[in-house]
Order: sequence, then structure tokens, then C-alpha cells
Amino acid sequence: MKQKERAKKNYFKCIAQILFMLMVAVIPLLITNTYYLGNIVLIGIYSIVVIGLCLLMGYAGQVSLGHAAFYGLGAYGSGLLTVNWGWEPLPAMLAAALITALVAYVIGASTLKLREHYLALATLGAGVIVYIFFNEQVNLTGGPSGFSGIPYFTIGGWVFSSEVSYYYLVWFFVFVAVVFARNVVDSRIGRALRALHGSELAAACMGVPAYKYKIQVFVVSAVYGSVAGSLYAHYVTFISPSPFGFQASVEFVLMAAIGGLASIWGPLFGVAAVLMLTELLRAVVPILLPTAGGEFEIIFFGLILVAVMIFMPGGLTGGVKDWWVRRSHAASPGTVTDPDKAPEDILPSAGSGRLSK
Amino acid sequence: MHINELMQFLLTGLTLGGIYALIALGFVTIYTVTGHINFTQGEFVMLGALITASMVKGGTGLWAAIIASILLVGLFGALFERAVIYPARNSPVVTVIIITIGFSVAVRGVALLIWGTQSYPLPSFSSGEPLYVLGATMNKQSVWVLCLSLLAVSLLFAFFERTVMGKALKACAINRVAARLMGISPQRMSLFCFTLSAMLGALAGIVITPTTTATYDMGLMLGLKGFVAAVLGGLTSTTGAVLGGFLLGILEAMGAGLISSGYKDAISFLILLLVLLKRPEGLLGKPDGKRV
Repeated sequence: MKQKERAKKNYFKCIAQILFMLMVAVIPLLITNTYYLGNIVLIGIYSIVVIGLCLLMGYAGQVSLGHAAFYGLGAYGSGLLTVNWGWEPLPAMLAAALITALVAYVIGASTLKLREHYLALATLGAGVIVYIFFNEQVNLTGGPSGFSGIPYFTIGGWVFSSEVSYYYLVWFFVFVAVVFARNVVDSRIGRALRALHGSELAAACMGVPAYKYKIQVFVVSAVYGSVAGSLYAHYVTFISPSPFGFQASVEFVLMAAIGGLASIWGPLFGVAAVLMLTELLRAVVPILLPTAGGEFEIIFFGLILVAVMIFMPGGLTGGVKDWWVRRSHAASPGTVTDPDKAPEDILPSAGSGRLSK
Repeated sequence: MHINELMQFLLTGLTLGGIYALIALGFVTIYTVTGHINFTQGEFVMLGALITASMVKGGTGLWAAIIASILLVGLFGALFERAVIYPARNSPVVTVIIITIGFSVAVRGVALLIWGTQSYPLPSFSSGEPLYVLGATMNKQSVWVLCLSLLAVSLLFAFFERTVMGKALKACAINRVAARLMGISPQRMSLFCFTLSAMLGALAGIVITPTTTATYDMGLMLGLKGFVAAVLGGLTSTTGAVLGGFLLGILEAMGAGLISSGYKDAISFLILLLVLLKRPEGLLGKPDGKRV
């Protein structure tokens, strides 16, 4: 019975992945407007950051308040290496990821041993420092006005200069990010981290090296941010410090929270929802409040973040899924349920060893 | 390096430090009693400053405006605790951190809507020539900042040591379960300490406004600095928070004067990182193990 269910689940998972790939492949044929296509490229880039953040938040139970800094290190690393030192984009991206991984390791190595919120505080501090560094190193980074002339992404002789080719490049990376994240989640590390979620003490007694796994997940999540940053730099070919500040870090957390923390597809949904809501609010609010200026849409984002964290700590996808599970269980009382399970535990259903669709 | 210059940096640092100490005390009060880190603290600072500045602009007397503003922000803190913190009181620490950050973002947005992006001045609390201390100048407002923050700190100490309410708060901080068995309601204490911290934050915002003017986004940096000061003092000690505040103010003023003013904020956060990495219990705190 159980095996049959699992086979069925894997089958659906396969179908979902194929459908996803088909959808990604078809979109540029349907949407020819470069503005919309550009937005979808951005959704892909942010999704990579947020998938990494979800790994950290959903599985290691830690939050980073400085993920925009890792994203920025990737962008500036790629930009500087290609413009100033004439590197090829691909090795530049790898070098930037390596530097980011080192930075993350130094931050995580000491703070992950301590209480759960110390990593949040340390990443917050590191994020502000990196942001100030981008602003103040005028000779290197161009300061607040940034620098331009970053080449298009190239692999071998192939140049990704058109919107459509870049779209495919970014979504290829998103796909790799999803598959890699799923493998992490399904691996020994993922199982161990889920055990930690249940009871850290019990997991530690069973010999789970909590600290080692947490730091690995943190470094992986920082590298996700860095790779996304590199893709961003080669896409817009101009970077300034403003998209890499504290506000951006908070927005990444918002996207992760809305999408659902312990989920791999959730981030795509969260990023798309936040970006679309931004566009909508920018269109609607000036009609309702003509005098309002500036980035007032942050009011809504702040309130949404508060509401989601209070009422659906598993995020929107988690909340909906939880509701669905409860509903179907109520409909068929014969199914085995664990009434003690918190919503977050239902999502990564322990029996199947898988986390989500 | 001239000795007068050093003296000048020291005085600037002390003034800044007084502000940071007030904000840090808010963080520490909330953390010790409820175990939460409240990143909305900076918005209390901003609200205090902007409400006072608007009232004075509207013709209210300075001191009446100050008192009214502190009370209003205190009320806001209480409402915030009931509406946002109370429903999430059993969530993990990290979730509450995200909630307070989300709320602070929303408050900042509302402030932007009400007050716009311009800066609001506030007159100095008293006019007159600046004082000269060992060859360095110190304007009257700095004296006010120092005196008022020291006064607030001593009142707070007296409150914790001499009143039943203060002792109840302390009891709650030491052992919540035991406090509850003695008939102290942790939830009422939580409400009370959020109100108190909001009022402390508002005071900090008001006293700094005559020197820096008030803007809708002033709370972000000031709140974070106050937090660094609190961590420097170990997050659980009021004495530590005050010392941390002054130490941070002085280090920052020295760093800005001797190294580079652009890196002034980076210095504070570098201190935060170093403390977290090397001495997470703070300068005064006792080392403690991780809660499992």
C-alpha cells in the first residue's frame, strides 16, 4: 500500500517536472513582449536566491537577514572580474560563488553553534557592511552610482545577448537549482535536518551532526544567492549598490515566507506573487491616493509578512496544503493521521522521505 | 593628532552613546522579559521624533509636545504588543524576529505616507552659547541628551529595584514559570515592557531631533545601532546596554573622525560581527549554553 502510494507520488512528481519544463519552454513563444519576458527573467533570478533561502529557513530553521549581500557579492564579483580583469563570465561566476561561500562559512562557522537567532543577527551585520563597502569603495565599485559595461553572458563562443536566449539560460539555472535543492532535501542531510526540526536533542542523541549540516546548508544557500547575483549582473549589464541593501534582504525573506518555507516549488510562486503584487500596487495605489509618493507599497508587504508569519508559518503554499490535507482527512476518516503533527511537519511528510511537489 | 580633536570626538561619542543607550535599553527590557528581539524599536524612535516635531510645528509647547508624544508612542507600543506580538507569542524566536521586521517595514511605509520624505526640524531645548570642555565645544543640546538619557537610565534602575512592578518584571526575566507561580502574569509583563520600550525609544528620537532633524526612515539605522549596543552589553543586562551604548557611540565617533566618516556605520556592524563571533555573551554577560 505504502509503496504503491509512493510510486504514485513519484509518478505525479515526474509529471509535474515535465509540465514545468514544457511550460518554461513554451512561454517565450507565447509572450513576445520584451517587458513581460524581462519580468519573467527577473522572477527566475530571484527564485534562485529564494530557493536557497527556503533551504535555510525551512530545513535548517535559520533565517538570513543579509541574503541580498550574497546576491550582491555574486553580482559585483562577476562584474568586477569580467570588466576589470577581463575574465570569462563562467569562471567569474564560479570565482564569485567561491568567495561568497568563504564569507558565508566564516559567518556561519561561529554563529551556528550558538542560539538559533544568532545567525540572523550576524547576517544582518554582514549585509550592512557589504552594502557600505559597495558604496564606499568608489575606486573599485564606482560607489553609489555603480558601474556599467558588464559583458553579456557567454559559454564557449555562444553569447546570450537576446532576451529570449537569456530567458532560457536563467530558467536552466532555476531548473538546476530546483533539482539540486530537492536532492539536498532528499539526501541524508535533508533527513537529518528534518529530524532536527522534530527534536534537536533526540536527533543529536542519534548521532546527527547538527552543526555540520546546518553550516553546509547555509553555505549552499549563500552560493545560490551569489549565482543569482552573477546572472543579474550579466543580464542588466549595469550594477549599483541599491538592489543589495537591507530592504532587499527583507524582500527575499518576504518572498520565501509567502511561497512557503519547507517547499521547493513554493519560492517560484512566492517570487511571482510578490513581483506581480508590486506591479499591481504601483498601478492601483496612485489612483486611490493621488498624493502618495515613494515606495508606499512596502506597507502592504510588511503587513502581509506579519500576517503570513502569524497565521501560516509554513507560508502560503504550506497553509493551503495543510488545509487540503485536513480537508481530505476529514472527508475520509479511515486514513491514518497524526493529530500531534504541526502544520510544518505535515508538509515534509516524514513517511515518504520527500518534501513537496 | 591634536588632543582637542580627540576630546571633541569623545564628546560627540558620548552624545551619540546616550541615544544608543536609550534604544538599547528598550531591546534589553523586551528581550529579558519575553525572549523576543523587537526590530520595531527603531520605528518607536522615528514616531517619537516625528510626532513631537509635527506638534511643535502646529503650535504646541515644546515640553507638552514631548510628553504627549512619549505617551502616544507608549500607547502605540502597547497596541503593537496586543495586535502583533501576543498572537505570535508561542512562535520560534526567528519567526518573531521576521514579524517585527515586517511590522517595522509597514510602519515606515505609513510614516512615509503621512510625513513624506522631507525632514522635520525641532528647536533646541534651550538656547545659549555652547559650552567649552577642555578645548572642545559641546552644544547645549548635547548636554540635554546626556542629562536626559542619564536621568531616564537612573529612573529605570530605580524602577527595577524599588517598585513592585519593576521587581515583577525582573522576576519574569529570571524565571518565567516561577514568576507565574507567584501570581505574576507574563503576558501583562510583556504588554508593559513593550510600552516601556516604546516610550524609551520615543525619548531617544525626540532628544536627537534638534541635532539631526527627523525623517521617516531615521528609525532603521538608529534601531539597528541600538541593537548593536544591546548585543555589545550582552542583551540581558541593563548596565551592559548603557555601557554598550556609550562604548559604541565613542567608537563610532572616533572611527568617523580618525578613519573615515563613510565607514562610520560599517564600524558599528563590524563590532556587532566581532562580538557575535568572538564573545556572543557580550562584554558583561555570562557565557551560557545553547537552549536545546
